[in-house]
Amino acid sequence: MNDTILSVENLHVRYGKVEALHGVSIAVPAGAIVTVIGPNGAGKTTLLSAIMGLLPSQGTIHFAGETITVPDVEYLVQRGMALVPEKRELFGEMSVEDNLILGAFQRYRKGDRSISETLDEVYQLFPRLKERRTQMAATLSGGERQMLAVGRALMGKPKLLMLDEPSLGLAPLIIREIFRTIARLREQGVSILLVEQNARAALQVADIGYVLETGEVTLAGPAERLANNPQVIETYLGMSKRQEKLAAVSA
Amino acid sequence: MDWSIALILTQDGVVNAAIYALLALALVLVFAVTRIIFIPQGEYVSYGALTLAMLELGKTPATVWLLVAGGAAALALEAFAHFRGRSVPWREALFWYAALPLITLLLTYALEWQTAPQWARMLLTIALIAAMGPITYRIFYQPIAEAPVLVLLIVSVAVHLALVGLGLLLFGAEGYRTEPLWDERFSVGPLLIPGQAFWVIGASLALIALLAWFFSRTLYGKALRATAVNRNGARLMGISPNLAGRLTLLLSAAIGAISGVLVSPITTLYYDSGFLIGLKGFVAAIIGGLASYPIAALGALIVGLIEAFGSFWASAYKEVIVFTLIIPVLFWRSLTTHHVEEE
Ligand SMILES: Nc1ncnc2c1ncn2[C@@H]1O[C@H](COP(=O)(O)OP(=O)(O)OP(=O)(O)O)[C@@H](O)[C@H]1O
Ligand SMILES: [Mg+2]
Repeated sequence: MNDTILSVENLHVRYGKVEALHGVSIAVPAGAIVTVIGPNGAGKTTLLSAIMGLLPSQGTIHFAGETITVPDVEYLVQRGMALVPEKRELFGEMSVEDNLILGAFQRYRKGDRSISETLDEVYQLFPRLKERRTQMAATLSGGERQMLAVGRALMGKPKLLMLDEPSLGLAPLIIREIFRTIARLREQGVSILLVEQNARAALQVADIGYVLETGEVTLAGPAERLANNPQVIETYLGMSKRQEKLAAVSA
Repeated sequence: MDWSIALILTQDGVVNAAIYALLALALVLVFAVTRIIFIPQGEYVSYGALTLAMLELGKTPATVWLLVAGGAAALALEAFAHFRGRSVPWREALFWYAALPLITLLLTYALEWQTAPQWARMLLTIALIAAMGPITYRIFYQPIAEAPVLVLLIVSVAVHLALVGLGLLLFGAEGYRTEPLWDERFSVGPLLIPGQAFWVIGASLALIALLAWFFSRTLYGKALRATAVNRNGARLMGISPNLAGRLTLLLSAAIGAISGVLVSPITTLYYDSGFLIGLKGFVAAIIGGLASYPIAALGALIVGLIEAFGSFWASAYKEVIVFTLIIPVLFWRSLTTHHVEEE
């Protein structure tokens, strides 16, 4: 547990002249759920994209015992990193099952032929996907698309799963299902880096939390402690009585 | 014109259409996966036909040295990328850019090709030209893979001109025709069908079926489709655009070479003949909107028939007639298709 699967130190990312991340440092212990919360435009998506090598960045990244000098998406996928991006990036005109199978492309390439077993596991996790296996991904409902995006990432048997707002636009019932799945994945030994707007649910499931504001980490610590931090409560957990009741029911 | 002439023209048109259909498929494939409008597609056809002709004459096809030189250049680019801190897939690079060209070189020199059976010469030719595909991608397209379609098109035109020039250098200005696989002729009513015509149509249909199987049943085929549907999504699955590009041009070069060895017994081909053949495949692909394989194949049939009948009525204008076809087609497409924004 005290092994660190991912550590990012002093990461800077700029879009043209504007710097979006000003020296962000975070660490994900192996087997833990780490969440990054923060307001819109804080740079959460930027952080995940830079770690994955989708954006050029400056700083130090260690992943699975290796120093990554120039992050390269294909290489990182091969080493066991997976990202479920904010836009999901599904293969819309291909079937649900083809989407899932493609999630295992790197494994297949390395000669791993146990893909159908992983497919069964993913179908067990998301029975809804099995019912819709021949349907085109573009015609799925929002919740089903989310499940497919997560399932597709799991097909690669990642060591580290990065999720960018998995609860985006979903009904409370499905959000609960997704968070339960995330907790279950930790039991299976997958480390998770979770970016969320839904701070309450995220801090509940996570072991460690970071608060990212305008490109800087402003707070960090055990998730429980963050959830009780007055500042966090006021900005991120403060909600109306009605919402609080709803959250209590779903918890 | 009477029925027998119409039949003969139809036969001609259908045989050519089979080739145009293959090339149209290759063009649609390359565009869908890499966004490259692949003008040099036709050069693989003439290189294929002339390489086969050289082997038949007992000469060493100079294309094999072009392949080795191209492989060396591609390796040099990889080494350069390596020293700039990029992660280079060395195993694949060594296979495609060193091992494969050298094996082909060895085979070309080690065996007596003039006395070998025609099918063996054809296989060597197809292997040799297909191996050029990944190298073409690495040298000319990989460095600018993210560039806009227009830039990729301009590079395509440059590569086309370079390959035609090299073709003149390597093969000379002379035209060649190769031995048919099947010498027999069959008379059916007014038609005297050469056995090679069956080969062309049969091999084209088989290849189209094989490609359909590849894209719907194999993981690599699905990976290419995934890249065409969503490049970012594909990258996140570890399907690198470079891998997809190499594989796509491998297929396109193989299709070009196969078309070349299939038509060379029917038509005399010169170092620059590939361009016009490829362009007709392109017209067919445009009819399919550079996106639909079945419509592109249908387009190929239309192009083949118009060309055959055009050469009967106004043979001097047959090319003009075929290429004028593109104007109403573009007009029709501009009315019926929705504009898809790039990226
Ligand atoms: N491609 C881009 N070009 C220029 N600026 C960008 C680009 N992408 C993001 N930004 C800017 O960088 C900042 C961080 O954006 P980012 O998407 O990382 O925020 P976020 O924390 O994920 O927000 P949200 O919670 O709304 O998803 C924002 O100010 C955004 O406008
Ligand atoms: Mg975001």
